[in-house]
Amino acid sequence: MNPLQLAGARPGPAFTVTFDGRPVEALPGQTVAAVLWAAGITSWRATRGEGRPRGVFCGIGVCFDCLVTVNGRPNQRACLVPARPGDEIGTQGGTGHEEVRRAD
Amino acid sequence: MRTDLAVIGAGPAGLAAALAASARGVGVTLVDAAAEPGGQFYRQPAAGLGAGRPEALHHRWRTWERLRDGLAASAVRVLTEHHVWCVERTPQGFTVHALLGPEQEEPAEVPARAVLLATGGYEQVLPFPGWTLPGVVTAGGAQAMLKGGLVVPGRRAVVAGTGPLLLPVATGLAAAGVEVAALVESTDPGRLARHGPALAGKLPEGAGYAARLLRHRVPVLARHTVVRAHGDDRLTGVTVAALDAGRVRPGTERQLPCDTLAVGHGMLPHTDLADGLGCRLDGLAAAVDAEQRTDVPGVWAAGEATGIGGAALALAEGHIAGCSAAARLRGTTPDPAPAAVKARTRLRRSAAALDSAYAPPAHWPEQVTDDTVVCRCEEVTAGAVRDALDLGAGDERTVKLLTRAGMGWCQGRMCSAAVAGLAGCPPTPSRRPFARPVPLGVLARQHYSQEGPS
Repeated sequence: MNPLQLAGARPGPAFTVTFDGRPVEALPGQTVAAVLWAAGITSWRATRGEGRPRGVFCGIGVCFDCLVTVNGRPNQRACLVPARPGDEIGTQGGTGHEEVRRAD
Repeated sequence: MRTDLAVIGAGPAGLAAALAASARGVGVTLVDAAAEPGGQFYRQPAAGLGAGRPEALHHRWRTWERLRDGLAASAVRVLTEHHVWCVERTPQGFTVHALLGPEQEEPAEVPARAVLLATGGYEQVLPFPGWTLPGVVTAGGAQAMLKGGLVVPGRRAVVAGTGPLLLPVATGLAAAGVEVAALVESTDPGRLARHGPALAGKLPEGAGYAARLLRHRVPVLARHTVVRAHGDDRLTGVTVAALDAGRVRPGTERQLPCDTLAVGHGMLPHTDLADGLGCRLDGLAAAVDAEQRTDVPGVWAAGEATGIGGAALALAEGHIAGCSAAARLRGTTPDPAPAAVKARTRLRRSAAALDSAYAPPAHWPEQVTDDTVVCRCEEVTAGAVRDALDLGAGDERTVKLLTRAGMGWCQGRMCSAAVAGLAGCPPTPSRRPFARPVPLGVLARQHYSQEGPS
């Protein structure tokens, strides 16, 4: 049994997003965090201070540990933001703004 | 559009309140952050997942059907994906300020004559070495991801901590195909037995969970705790140990390999909006009278925000609050169902019993090594907090000023109880004028709209 079978799910057609450039399959309605979990990915941020990996902690938008960059916008809560076809999801380093600053 | 009553939060308390008030002839607007009503307890799988059997993830499904169908048949205006960051008092009543989700960049305002706060709660997790590793999630978080996204975090999980929430999380993960290596509960079952009479109503539910744990062959380790989570870049296992009078009994440590640890130490009420309105708090919860009124005229509160007690209590309180709000707005006398008033009395008693029975190990700070991160956002270690205490800090606020613990994204929601525990003082409610991050542009526009045309 898996969660989809347990809930008798018949999802709409799957679509593709990318995570750090590699394709990942997503189901309609799933949040970015759910898509990454389903692909076996549990971390997508490096902390500002120690550069430690983080992913979902509270799962309900309270803790901000799951911050991620989606389509170039950093600091999105992966547990709240729904994945959309073609989304480019990327591991967020630090504040997520360093890359932007370097590009200036 | 102006409304008579703005109900904030569409979980059990908010739904019951909105239905009761609407049925009594007042205009109700129900405001919630999620894409669908239900709150955390009745969180629904995303529509696109086409779940044909969502009830397999839930308890008391018939109650949800009644609420859902009642809402559909009612005149309640439902505003989903509205993240409320502040409720402002105005000469005409109140203005509910929200950000539209999921981006939370565009503002929305709901003017109302009265407000009813059904803001729910969130999980408390106390720190231990390794708790920041990916793979360590809150028990409620694992459940939320399962209910909403139909996903699980790994293949082999340990469910640990203390409190009644651990039971549905362990059985839920097991039903979804996760091997649950152990349910580690720090509370001595004898403590529950001592509250027998107050908990008698909870017995059938407890027996149901016990049967499900057996069916899924989940070993239960009572009077045990997780002392450490292992792994470099992600969780590979935990060390558990037996407890003796709230302390780890030396020599009882053993390792359990796992890729997931779902951990929780009880719940905390969301009181930011109540506090911002100036409502009196009782401990960490919003204080209410017999009609669920706060001490601010025109503001009601119900459910976990007024004290952690579970979904059934939230339904009763929501109903009573909705009846009172409708009556006070229409100048009539409140007429709550006698069954709801009785249920509230009984369920508050069992909630108090559960609250005193389930407690984290008394000496948990002893297990928190100096290099353990306490404030997850600002990466402040227990060593840094202890240094601040050595410098004379004696409360959470002074520790925060010296170390930044509690100053990050989550505004201390994840570390407040831990800092208080390390400082040896009781947890105090934090003041958060904004209940969530607000873009500066939204605040600036707010200013211009009050000043006149920009």
